[in-house]
Amino acid sequence: MRLFTLSRQCRLLGLTLLLLSGSAQVRAGDVFVDSLATLRQGSMAAREQAITDLAESGHIRTLTILQALLDGNLYELKQDGRLVIAHDNGQGYDLRDAVSNEAMPAVAKDDAGKINLTNKLRTLLRKTIGQLQLNANDPKLRLAAVNAMVKETDDKALELLASRLEKESDSAVREAIQLVFLLQDTESGHAKQRRIDAINALKSYDSQDAMNRFKALVEKNAEGAYLEPDADIRNLAGAALIGMNTRLNLYGALETLFFGLSLGAVLVLAAIGLAITFGVMGVINMAHGELMMLGAYTTYVMQLAMPENLGASVLLAIPAAFVIAGVTGIAIERGIIRFLYGRPLETLLATFGVSLFLQQTVRSIFSPLNRNVATPEWMSGSWRINDFLALTWNRFYILLFCLLVFAALLQILKRTRLGLEVRAVAQNRAMAKAMGIPTARVDAMTFGLGSGIAGVAGVALSQITNVGPNLGQAYIVDSFMVVVFGGVGNLLGTLIAGFSLGIANKVLEPYAGAVLAKILILVFIILFIQKRPRGLFPQKGRAAES
Amino acid sequence: MKQNLLAVMAKNSVLKTVSRSLVLSLTALAVGAANAEDTIKVGVLHSLSGTMAISETTLKDTMLMLVDEQNKKGGLLGKKLEAVVVDPASNWPLFAEKTRELLTKDKVAAIFGCWTSVSRKSVLPVIEELNGILFYPVQYEGEESSKNVFYTGAAPNQQAVPAVDYLMNDLKVKRWVLAGTDYVYPRTTNKILEAYLKAKGVSPKDIMINYTPFGHSDWQSIVADIKKFGSTGKKTAVVSTINGDANVPFYKELGNQGVSAEDIPVVAFSVGEEELSGIDTKPLVGHLAAWNYFMSIDTTKNAEFIKKWHEYIKDPKRVTNDPMEAHFIGFNMWVKAVEKAGTTEPDAVQKAIIGVEFPNLTGGIAKMLPNHHISKPVLIGEIQDDGQFLTVWQTNKVVDGDAWSDYLPESKVIIADWTPPINCGNYSTKTKKCSGQKY
Repeated sequence: MRLFTLSRQCRLLGLTLLLLSGSAQVRAGDVFVDSLATLRQGSMAAREQAITDLAESGHIRTLTILQALLDGNLYELKQDGRLVIAHDNGQGYDLRDAVSNEAMPAVAKDDAGKINLTNKLRTLLRKTIGQLQLNANDPKLRLAAVNAMVKETDDKALELLASRLEKESDSAVREAIQLVFLLQDTESGHAKQRRIDAINALKSYDSQDAMNRFKALVEKNAEGAYLEPDADIRNLAGAALIGMNTRLNLYGALETLFFGLSLGAVLVLAAIGLAITFGVMGVINMAHGELMMLGAYTTYVMQLAMPENLGASVLLAIPAAFVIAGVTGIAIERGIIRFLYGRPLETLLATFGVSLFLQQTVRSIFSPLNRNVATPEWMSGSWRINDFLALTWNRFYILLFCLLVFAALLQILKRTRLGLEVRAVAQNRAMAKAMGIPTARVDAMTFGLGSGIAGVAGVALSQITNVGPNLGQAYIVDSFMVVVFGGVGNLLGTLIAGFSLGIANKVLEPYAGAVLAKILILVFIILFIQKRPRGLFPQKGRAAES
Repeated sequence: MKQNLLAVMAKNSVLKTVSRSLVLSLTALAVGAANAEDTIKVGVLHSLSGTMAISETTLKDTMLMLVDEQNKKGGLLGKKLEAVVVDPASNWPLFAEKTRELLTKDKVAAIFGCWTSVSRKSVLPVIEELNGILFYPVQYEGEESSKNVFYTGAAPNQQAVPAVDYLMNDLKVKRWVLAGTDYVYPRTTNKILEAYLKAKGVSPKDIMINYTPFGHSDWQSIVADIKKFGSTGKKTAVVSTINGDANVPFYKELGNQGVSAEDIPVVAFSVGEEELSGIDTKPLVGHLAAWNYFMSIDTTKNAEFIKKWHEYIKDPKRVTNDPMEAHFIGFNMWVKAVEKAGTTEPDAVQKAIIGVEFPNLTGGIAKMLPNHHISKPVLIGEIQDDGQFLTVWQTNKVVDGDAWSDYLPESKVIIADWTPPINCGNYSTKTKKCSGQKY
């Protein structure tokens, strides 16, 4: 048995070396051909065996085929059952033969069927590819390979890792392999000193596996007796666990802060347009949410227009959404709101009607179903700092985007002529008019600016939530809440209010649950408004107080 | 004040005319040339606007297709069928009003409709008072059996419980997250599942229960909690009764935080083909769903149904899903029962329909049981990146729907049986009495 595994290992090592050297020797055995056939048609259990067999067949195309299978690029042609590696080219598939790697004429999508995978097969594939890729040139691939092998370490994996460690030069990969061995060393079979050394070395790692290992060492069985007989080891592991928990709490606090800021960023983005239309102009615009929805749908349309270039379509959607939502906003202002200035109840009803109208329009054009807006590659996944702390990219970019939009808006209001006029009209309409400012035009432009920013917020929202006709309704209440809490007419107040509500929500959530946290925040705001009806940062000056 | 009133009135009347014209045009579409005098009317009570339009519009189209098809076969009892479509607009009290309208004004023979449990609960008193018939096509929390309602969707023992069995036996799951939206269906289902898990020896500290509001979109801390809960080395799974729109951000956040289906699989009871067609499926691949029908099931009956649907809707990209199959079965059972009874009179149909059998699209026979639920196969599938399911597990025969869960102490002793001598939806086997409560 031992001999057998050794020989298998030698073959694996040999195979990987073979792959590295780039030699074109093809050892097409029956195993290879049979396994490929099973991969196409066999039961799930047979496919598991086929993957293992493929890995051992030593065929030079094995790694490419397995990787294509894992990535979902392995297809079979419907007419002759040939296995191909396919890439979507928009209309159909570009093909290469899976075995010979020769290019083949492209086919329509209906002519090729994907080889399906289950979770079990995916786990096995990752592990198998890990073993095949342990000696790859790219250190990133090697690290992924090590991480794939950590989950289930058997003797074979350990020996492969040990031989890799000897020649490994990349520090990250070395560290990952060493962690595996340290974890092994803490197990009860080893000498006491070796275990103590391992625990001492492990305690500075921010590793979930290390933590679980320590927890296992201090665990008790059902009768209350310790599972680990050696008291020294237990105490050491207990002490290490305390140190780890302290760090864990710190990371937890950092994580909550990030969550809060990112929720705050969404709130601020949603509210900032309203801060202008409601805060500066005093218009209660119930269609604000629908303007955001328009922005989100703009992203969808942009994506339809340029399907090959997702990243660029999202970036281009930002100005497009600004223009579309802005123009819609100006149309609403010119068409409806300007006849209703000074009559807040009528404005409220009229804009509510507009919001229903916009929703139903979108429903008729795009169907009531949610639309699929894909996230570009650079916005997916997370920035992994260690096992306990990872910041998701999409939230990170939205936080950044929110600050940028805010800064840009502030500059517009402070430095441009429009900004000056907006501030003048907001402070004292009659006086501004007397000074020759065309207030009607300024009103339209201000409303357009606020609406345009709502559209831009919609682009950001399309990346984190559903793009559907109801998108706006979900955010309208939150938006008003932030603006009122921050102080009507104060942009900086909106920013601070958004972030503080976001953080408060995220701090409360773990204790109170998502539902109660939301209620508590609402109750707090109601009480706060009782005490300070003008919000956090009330506007000062004669005009505001009159 | 007067001005305000005027504005409200103006808005209302506009809405009314819009919805009325919508309804008119739809009914006109379905009726064709049939004479109103000798038609049998069928009510279709699904939201065509508002939050639930996303799911319910398809069911309205399904019903129109079924009615159309039946008319091509020569109608029912020698008369043409006529679909009466109304729009309750995702507004729960409006469901009750529209039901009254359908039963008293339009005098429909049966109603096919509702999606959410709360809409069904608001229809119940009206349909019982006026003695109508409602076919309810969606999986639900059970704990109900009305004389006037036929539940063609899954009861918990036809979806939730087998799914948990699969996770426990096949995936060796030891730790459980029960995550749901905060309303009646998830709360009741999770109560049943919690009792079931505890009965199977799962310790309370290995169960985490979490509720979120409707349309929840900020899943960061909850996913982080799930990740933490699942990082102890024991296999963890999420049983999700998260409803509707909240699912997309949830799966997105799982993907972004690096939780893959291989580490912590999520099995969902409310995510079907229709919901998947509107979203980026990349982060969902490998997660599970439990249903009684998948579009991907390869049977001739299913292929026929999909073909008919595509021809009717004139869009080869549209998908079929579980509640559509439920309406398909429910409608055909009703047709059979009416033919058997020779009349559409509710009492006669209610009596005739019990025991009626009709083949499932996925193989096997559905049968209307005395408790007004039907027998169904249970399927568990993994989500593929084309938005379809790959079946990884299924029951080898159909499972009978159980109205009152056997895992809750208070409903264990209650059975529903609408055949004599019991004739009751909530008969206690302990006190040998019908509680008298109507539903």
